Amino acid sequence: MGERAAPYIAAPMPIRASDLLTLTREGLYCPLGRFHVDPTWPVERALITHGHADHARSGHRAVLATPETLRIMAVRYGEDFCGTRQEARLGETIRVGDVAVRFAPAGHVLGSAQIAIEAEGVRVVVSGDYKRAYDPTCLPFEVVPCDVFITEATFGLPVFRMPDTRDEIRKLLDSVALFPERAHIVGAYALGKAQRVMALLREAGYDRPIYLHGAMEKLTELYKREGIPLGETPKVVAAERPKLHGAVVLCPPSTIQDLWSRKFPDPVTSFASGWMRVRARARQKGVELPLVISDHSDWPDLCRTIRETGAGEVWVTHGQEDALVHWCGTQGIKARPLHMLGYGDEEVESAEAAA
Amino acid sequence: MNDFAHLLDRLAYEPRRNAKLRLLQDYFAHTPDPERGFALAAMTGGLTFREAKPAMIRGLVEARIDPVLFALSHNYVGDLAETTALIWPGSATRSPPPCGEELEVGVVPLASAQGQPATPTPAPPHKGEGSPAPIGHNNPPPHVPTLAEVVETLATTKKAELPAHIAGWLDALDETGRWALLKLITGALRVGVSARLAKSAVGALGGHDADAVEEVWHGLTPPYEGLFAWVEGRAARPETLNPAPFRPPMLSHPIEEESDFEKLEPEAFSAEWKWDGIRVQLVGGRDRAGEQVARIYSRTGEDISHAFPDLAEAVTFEGALDGELLILREGRVQSFNVLQQRLNRKAVTAKLLEEFPAHVRAYDLLTAGGEDLRPLAYEARRQRLEAFVGNLDHARIDLSPLVPFATWDDLAAARADPASVGAGEDADAIEGVMLKRLSSPYLPGRPKGPWWKWKREPHIVDAVMMYAQRGHGKRSSYYSDYTFGVWRDRPEGGAELVPVGKAYHGFTDAELMKLDRFVRNHTTKRFGPVREVEYGSEKGLVLEIAFEGVQRSTRHKSGVAMRFPRVSRIRWDKPPGEADRIEALERILARGEREVAPGAALEGGE
Repeated sequence: MGERAAPYIAAPMPIRASDLLTLTREGLYCPLGRFHVDPTWPVERALITHGHADHARSGHRAVLATPETLRIMAVRYGEDFCGTRQEARLGETIRVGDVAVRFAPAGHVLGSAQIAIEAEGVRVVVSGDYKRAYDPTCLPFEVVPCDVFITEATFGLPVFRMPDTRDEIRKLLDSVALFPERAHIVGAYALGKAQRVMALLREAGYDRPIYLHGAMEKLTELYKREGIPLGETPKVVAAERPKLHGAVVLCPPSTIQDLWSRKFPDPVTSFASGWMRVRARARQKGVELPLVISDHSDWPDLCRTIRETGAGEVWVTHGQEDALVHWCGTQGIKARPLHMLGYGDEEVESAEAAA
Repeated sequence: MNDFAHLLDRLAYEPRRNAKLRLLQDYFAHTPDPERGFALAAMTGGLTFREAKPAMIRGLVEARIDPVLFALSHNYVGDLAETTALIWPGSATRSPPPCGEELEVGVVPLASAQGQPATPTPAPPHKGEGSPAPIGHNNPPPHVPTLAEVVETLATTKKAELPAHIAGWLDALDETGRWALLKLITGALRVGVSARLAKSAVGALGGHDADAVEEVWHGLTPPYEGLFAWVEGRAARPETLNPAPFRPPMLSHPIEEESDFEKLEPEAFSAEWKWDGIRVQLVGGRDRAGEQVARIYSRTGEDISHAFPDLAEAVTFEGALDGELLILREGRVQSFNVLQQRLNRKAVTAKLLEEFPAHVRAYDLLTAGGEDLRPLAYEARRQRLEAFVGNLDHARIDLSPLVPFATWDDLAAARADPASVGAGEDADAIEGVMLKRLSSPYLPGRPKGPWWKWKREPHIVDAVMMYAQRGHGKRSSYYSDYTFGVWRDRPEGGAELVPVGKAYHGFTDAELMKLDRFVRNHTTKRFGPVREVEYGSEKGLVLEIAFEGVQRSTRHKSGVAMRFPRVSRIRWDKPPGEADRIEALERILARGEREVAPGAALEGGE
């Protein structure tokens, strides 16, 4: 009551995080900048963190994203995927409405970026999907200090501690050596994971052709055009499948149990995914050779990243939000789950891509 | 322990039976006694030690990890052993090297640990204390236990000292080792290997089949050194010490109405009722002292004699009877609901014996007076059975009657209404008919062709999904357990949904994906692992539930509980307002199952 007694003075109110970012039906929205970030519905103006279908949808009027992400979207949806497009160079500050935005690398897939939104000294960072682990196909994650950090939590449980990817690739190559007569069918998301697996195989010295399912072809060509060496990657010719003894074949995850993959010689079913960390998940998919390779942060990296940003407040978009929100609480960091729907469906995306 | 863990890990990911068999054979051939014997015991359920309680494991983890994070992780992974193995701190996350690759020297003292006779209860390893570090190691590697050592330690260690031992082992093992250890010591070692498959692998070491191993199995104890010596040709066949051994039962296949009948000729088969009790084997014999030995075995060979002393008394013969355990009151077979009340009791009291008298309805005779009848045709065995039961003349054991029929239509009529063909008041306890080929010998296992089961149609009700919970095992992390409700009148007017049961099977994996998505996209509230979904007369999802019967329940708010409910169809098309009402279930309960013809569609909600 005492506070009310003071006369109201029309001084400028300090800006709040919610002026910079709120949650709407379409997804995260910046009222001051009048734009959405990774909206799940067509909107007037969208800022896109990366090219996965659950974050980058077609039909927006204006899109601002990194040049790589724009090219990925063009390959997936056709050149007319939006009305107008604008390239965001990493590190460059761009004025949008009444805010300044800056894109910084997220380490998730080629072209992936975090988006820092700033006004009057308050900074919110939407990280999109991100990882800290080694990936030869994209720029490493950059820590952007901020007041509010928006994070994913796909693998937001302490059981998710991802192993060194080089050991996982070694598992695959050992199996190829052990079963030289069997084809190894590796399920991998068509954007990012597949190319990362190829690049890691090349780094491990594997110099034979890596065979691709048709759904992988266009994006892999795009990666090569972007200057990422992936070696020889022929598309599988249907009639040749029975002859591919000992071959490594990459296909969308939805295809590993399909009839398509049964035509290879005595196929070994493999899947490169962070989910392979959990035995039951591997068995659900009928995977015989699980490769724990994730394009998302594991638990220690989620915690480390939140600490390093120095954020006093954390919003968790999707995934295992409860555990991460709880952990933030134990660290004295304010946190809330956004329970966002429509994210984390990379598998659906792959199924569509395969169709 | 690491070799065993590695075997279990490979088995868990191997879908093909023959490949599993090869892995097992390879392990048994290359692993010394007693290690392989304990492994065999672990896979056949033959180990007896004080199992580590899940609560104790949880306690160990919670002393190291935030309990809330652990609970969320456990809920997600759906398996205590795996969650603990993955979350256990302080160890390398590196997975074990693939098969065929040499372990780096000094990482794990595998070679030295293998093959050594198990030392009695070694002290739990304490780093930096006790034996001096081997040359070249600043930090001596923790002691990785052998399987034999784990088994013996568990059998001899005082309860209070157990947690320290287990924690020490968990520190020493890698992720896969921790997982296998925890599965073993909590008595939850299900790795896609049946006892029979393990026995097949052992038999194959010496060209014997699983049945040959099965014949000598009862009477053997871990670590089965005599068994391995026999299959490897180093010793004679182990003497079966058990005068009343279990014989693996013959099982049936469900019949496909559309496709199977046209291929079968009615005159080649005999039919019996399919009784809704529990399958047992009554075996009697004389021990060396000439004393009568009576055993009651479950279908899987578990000795359950102690739970049925009233029935064991009736085993005055020398032979093996195959039949159904049922509760009879005044000569009338009681429903499974009644039998369950006896099965669920821990203590077998005089009152229980009196109220729930156990009987066996015999349908096959496997041995009699030392003669093995299993090679005989069913027809011949049936004659022997009828004479045997007649001579026995014991009130606790009677004969499962034959169902007369000339055509498949006759049999269909009998199945639809057992009372009309002589089942009389026992019709309540009949869950269909069995078809047995007259010319078939008694074959252990589930051979396709000689025996068929033709279950009666289930009841059907349309219910509305209300809550969903994540599943376990294969379904872990998917919302696969659904609580559903039907409509009832609210006292103040209008209608409300009241939960009547829970179903977690009946749908395909593809349907599970859709159901899981429905749950995630229509969540209204979260209670820990449980989510409440949108439901009402306009919104929600209708599930067609098939079930075998209804019983009174004090646990459910609705007052009724279903037997074997499962999702028979997902009614994406049906408005929830048109789902069934509670009266539909109460009718089945009140009138008894005979009066509502099973399979008949229940009237709709309004």
